[in-house]
Amino acid sequence: MSKTGQDGHGSRRHSSAEAWLDARLKRAAEGDHDAFADVYDALARPVKGLICRVLRDEAQAEEVTQDVMVEIWRTADRYRPELGTARGWVLTLAHRRAVDRVRYVQASAARERHSALLAEDRPFDEVAETVERHEDHHRVRSCLAALERHQRVPLVLAYYQGMTYLEVAACLATPAGTVKSRMRSGLRLLRRCLEAR
Amino acid sequence: MTADEDPHQLVGAYVLHALPAAEEVSFENHLAGCAACRAEVAELSEVTLRLASAEEADPSPELRRRVLDRIAHTRQERLPRDRPHGLPVRQRALRLALAACLVLAATFGGLAAWQHIQADEARTETTRTQAQASALTDILTARDATISTQKLRDGSEISVVASRAQDRCAFIASDLPRLGDDQVYELWYAAKTGGLRPAGLLPGSGGGQARVLRDSLDDVSAVGITAEPAGGSRQPTSEPLGIVTVPA
Ligand SMILES: [Zn+2]
Repeated sequence: MSKTGQDGHGSRRHSSAEAWLDARLKRAAEGDHDAFADVYDALARPVKGLICRVLRDEAQAEEVTQDVMVEIWRTADRYRPELGTARGWVLTLAHRRAVDRVRYVQASAARERHSALLAEDRPFDEVAETVERHEDHHRVRSCLAALERHQRVPLVLAYYQGMTYLEVAACLATPAGTVKSRMRSGLRLLRRCLEAR
Repeated sequence: MTADEDPHQLVGAYVLHALPAAEEVSFENHLAGCAACRAEVAELSEVTLRLASAEEADPSPELRRRVLDRIAHTRQERLPRDRPHGLPVRQRALRLALAACLVLAATFGGLAAWQHIQADEARTETTRTQAQASALTDILTARDATISTQKLRDGSEISVVASRAQDRCAFIASDLPRLGDDQVYELWYAAKTGGLRPAGLLPGSGGGQARVLRDSLDDVSAVGITAEPAGGSRQPTSEPLGIVTVPA
């Protein structure tokens, strides 16, 4: 594992480990296989963790992680360090692909089952077993827990379940406009909480 | 999105990847011209990155081997030198347009997606295409769709895909040059009678862009593009960079 595996030491954006990773991704974009292996070693765990969280299926998560990693290699030329970190670029893509998969694969029945569970506000009790907790996980979790339920649940359903805000609205029997604004205000509150620590 | 709704409210859903495809397109149109929303997207993207980073799971050792094996045989794509050559114009434009379909998660917060324009993925990524059965796809697959392409002086290329039957068109560009920080690209409808009216904004960051344009195509004879101050203008304030005729 690489130096970027641990989180929670000040601003990620400016840490030297992050800068190192950004540079490795740029190298990988030039066709450097070793540099790509560094990127893989630094980010495969969070990438798989995130995908696993959204898909709740170990085998599918491995498959999508593989696709995402190969896509990163193929398209590394598009990474622009001036617009953000390699970690952000990679995880945004991973989340997008996980959401794509979940929307495509999950029959509505299965999704509604998940929704019903989540509507009971138990989002953290059913994390796939392979997902480990670490320091940052606890911090994010406690900040999420500090939100009002009506703000937390839409965030969780959208981000971790891959639902559109319309699906969230239907699932919670709440007007779509309300859901949209709660997603926004929930994220803002979450940001304040995460920054305060 | 209806007119009485505040588009700024969509920022949260946007960074969560929770907008349906068509709304994502129209929100990105809004983003291109709204610095406040762009700043908020950047801010809130930091939060979703924290959510993302909080999860970890061990990939199997075989996964590492498979990935490294695959990349040893996977050609990397390069922008902008990677454009297909020798294809008929129609096919090239369609490839570009389909590619754009796959990446509507565009711009700043979703910049990973924006940076992932994938022509070849169009065929294989059925997941994505199906999920994005959007207005753009509708236009592209219209029976009467026409594609008009023009090369700009700087070498970039713009195309307009239009369907008179659907009364809509899409604008697709590759390799647009980056503008100054306080500028955006603005698209214009040229009416048959000669007047110009705004048809949408594109971010000044340039590159590959695809937008379904607003309003009816009814009296439109051409689509033009200019560079304008951030927020756009009511009438062009600079010479058109290009004008693409839309077949009647
Ligand atoms: Zn705005």
